Amino acid sequence: MKLTSREDLKKLREETKALVAARSAEETKIIVGMGTCGIAAGAGEVMNAILEELNKRNIKATVTQTGCIGMCEKEPLVDVQRPGGNRFTYGKVKPSDVPRIISGHVLHGNIVEDLVVARFEEV
Amino acid sequence: MQLVRAHILVCGGTECTSSGSKQVQDALAKELEKHKLDKEVKIVETDCHDGFCEMGPLVIVYPEGTFYVRVKAEDVPEIVEEHLLKGRIVSRLLYKAPATEEQIPGYKETDFYKKQQRVALRNCGIINPEVIQEYIARDGYGSLEKVLFEMTPEQVIDEIKRSGLRGRGGGGFPTGMKWEFCRRSPGDMKYIICNADEGDPGAFMDRSVLEGDPHSVIEGMAIGAYAIGAREGYIYCRAEYPLAIKRLKIAIAQAEELGLLGENILGSGFSFDLHIKEGAGAFVCGEETALMASIEGRRGMPRVRPPFPAQSGLWGKPSNINNVETFANVPVIIKRGAEWFASMGTEKSKGTKVFALTGKVNNTGLVEVPMGITLREIIFDIGGGIVGGKKFKGVQIGGPSGGCIPAQLIDTPVDYESLIAAGAMMGSGGLVVMDETTCMVDLARFFLNFTQSESCGKCTPCREGTKRMLEILTRICNGEGVPEDIETLERLGRVIKNTALCGLGNTAPNPVLSTLRYFRHEYEAHIFEKRCPAHVCTALLVYSIDEEKCTGCGRCLRACPAGAITGEKKEPHKIDPEKCIKCGSCFDVCKQGAIIRL
Amino acid sequence: MSSCAQPAEDVQKEKELLELFEKWRGVKGALIPILQGAQAIYGYLPKDVILRISRELKLPPSRVYGVATFYAQFHLKPRGRNIVRVCLGTACHVRGGAKIFEKMQKELGIGNGDTTEDLRYTLETVACLGCCGLSPVIMVNDDTYGRLTPDKLKGILDNYQ
Repeated sequence: MKLTSREDLKKLREETKALVAARSAEETKIIVGMGTCGIAAGAGEVMNAILEELNKRNIKATVTQTGCIGMCEKEPLVDVQRPGGNRFTYGKVKPSDVPRIISGHVLHGNIVEDLVVARFEEV
Repeated sequence: MQLVRAHILVCGGTECTSSGSKQVQDALAKELEKHKLDKEVKIVETDCHDGFCEMGPLVIVYPEGTFYVRVKAEDVPEIVEEHLLKGRIVSRLLYKAPATEEQIPGYKETDFYKKQQRVALRNCGIINPEVIQEYIARDGYGSLEKVLFEMTPEQVIDEIKRSGLRGRGGGGFPTGMKWEFCRRSPGDMKYIICNADEGDPGAFMDRSVLEGDPHSVIEGMAIGAYAIGAREGYIYCRAEYPLAIKRLKIAIAQAEELGLLGENILGSGFSFDLHIKEGAGAFVCGEETALMASIEGRRGMPRVRPPFPAQSGLWGKPSNINNVETFANVPVIIKRGAEWFASMGTEKSKGTKVFALTGKVNNTGLVEVPMGITLREIIFDIGGGIVGGKKFKGVQIGGPSGGCIPAQLIDTPVDYESLIAAGAMMGSGGLVVMDETTCMVDLARFFLNFTQSESCGKCTPCREGTKRMLEILTRICNGEGVPEDIETLERLGRVIKNTALCGLGNTAPNPVLSTLRYFRHEYEAHIFEKRCPAHVCTALLVYSIDEEKCTGCGRCLRACPAGAITGEKKEPHKIDPEKCIKCGSCFDVCKQGAIIRL
Repeated sequence: MSSCAQPAEDVQKEKELLELFEKWRGVKGALIPILQGAQAIYGYLPKDVILRISRELKLPPSRVYGVATFYAQFHLKPRGRNIVRVCLGTACHVRGGAKIFEKMQKELGIGNGDTTEDLRYTLETVACLGCCGLSPVIMVNDDTYGRLTPDKLKGILDNYQ
């Protein structure tokens, strides 16, 4: 689809905003930091472990990626956001930590305290 | 009926079983039998206590109702002995209520983010960089829309000028003025170029922006192109950043598909095409005239200016080059206004700057701070201080072109002018923190080695001068320095600084000159006392063993790769200085602290 | 029909080279992307390929050779199947990158810029991979490994045949 006027872009912007809002009210989002530094620290393996665990337990959640948030020391970073809830960042996540995050936070809303870094907010 | 004193409930849900509840049950049975409690205490397997699965295996002891979580078979003897026999609760296994969402600190409450202000990095780590809709949902391409329909190119340039934005690639030249020069140059074909050839060792700001938010750079370039009157642009990105290149390609393709790049953007009549050029591994291509030579397919060598690129640049056409971070700032300035941007920072350095904070600091990472913040705030408040509580010695700012700022100047505000006054420069934003274990002479040699091997060889001061300086520094590190070396280094440094053709050469002596200025005593120790105070320069180290402390454990003897250590078991050992290769293996393994390193 | 004068592999490479020329025909500043593409096909830049490029672009061979030798990315000699790059950037330097490089040389039995006899590995140093937050860092092919200690190297190398 090509945008050929200001109005087209405005329309697309409103649509995507509504879509993002609707999604975050309905689905759980898991976001993995996949910059070069995250990948070097093992984010790829963590991403695979997340997909595998969700698949194995038949849990519906959107898994997506993002760039570097800046905390290289704490890579790999994984964010979890439950429907309508806050987004939380976990740090130094290993594939073996993934089941705990999924069953604790994703399924039951219990934050995995020893891994959580902070509640996400724009800086 | 048998009277039971206590019940132990063990969860037998699927998840607890998979985390080992069966083993816990078996261990319990065994342990109860061992203590002859099996008649008094009954084990009951229960169904899943839904909601606590990640805490499993769960064990609950009644009548008290004590709730133990994450119990392993190894924990069972303790539960039986402490709880069931002595009536003492094993508190380390107790369930603790998880923190509520409010108890977890927000980003802004953490030390790392408290003093940060993210403008160029506004979307990094937030959106999916491979999905243009996520950028658009955060008002992306709204600034391009605004300039195309509501502003003339002159108004755009004026806005950028008033914002006070200066080049973030190192030079600090006012961006609006640069655009104006290019706009005023006659010619119907002009180019806009993004310098993404981030070559400074210790810097990764641009990579993070390109990987995390490529569209903000593309949008900034399109706005710049409209302002100067270009319809074609290039992003020159180093080939060592494959992921950045991949994400840029995806981003450009998505923008083209939506008509945000290409012919007649949004029906405004403005057209803009964007290409990626992969660098081929030459640091000097970060210099703008060399970069353009490289895009043209030639050896990336700088040339004399004038003519400036704004008059005669790529393929002889007026061209404008800015770096990644500069472009990433542009859409925000258009969106929020010049006044908002100028309200951050200092009088002459407006806005924020992204730094790559690395080296011997606790919180390494990418930070964006308002200009004018002090180095102390960056290193200690944001960076959390020095690793291992060691002593802070200095910080290298601006990579191989910059300088080393010592501990006593840690309250220097970070802005273009203050850093130059301190003998360093903003550079592209690498901050490498050093502690007492870094040798400043070795560091200067490291940088010179880098610039020397990256010198393109076109002008004599840089080609020959850096080579001679490197030879002298190597000699000093090897313990062969002579008294006049310091003066020679200073003289050579000044000459290269004043006479080299391009920025690479002009700034190459900076690490040497700044360490000579602040750490002269270290040079002197190397030259006159043949001693490396930081114990880094191998040739100057002497290892020996303190006979008082040595217990003859043999650890060092086994660790020595050169067979230089001898000694009987339980007798003090000795190092043969002839055989010693000064690798430090013995020093690392000795538990008695008996190895003396001088 | 053909008596297989050339191995299938060479035929394939030849085809890719022609496609590369086609892709860049008429584009300004094509020399460097063509050299990059040719190196991706052959693994290095053989002499006859340099001559082919010079004919294709109507540039003197000296010009092509000059560019190929100016940039660190280009290689005129065959290279290993796996490229091991040890970062010796500033952050890696202050966090023990030299020890990693030393150990890597020992593991592979070759020095900087060399290739093992079985063409399995080529060892290089690089000034910065931009992963300073994880220093010391190495890169094998396109994979980056961070927070290294010398004892981790062997395990990493074993993954690359």
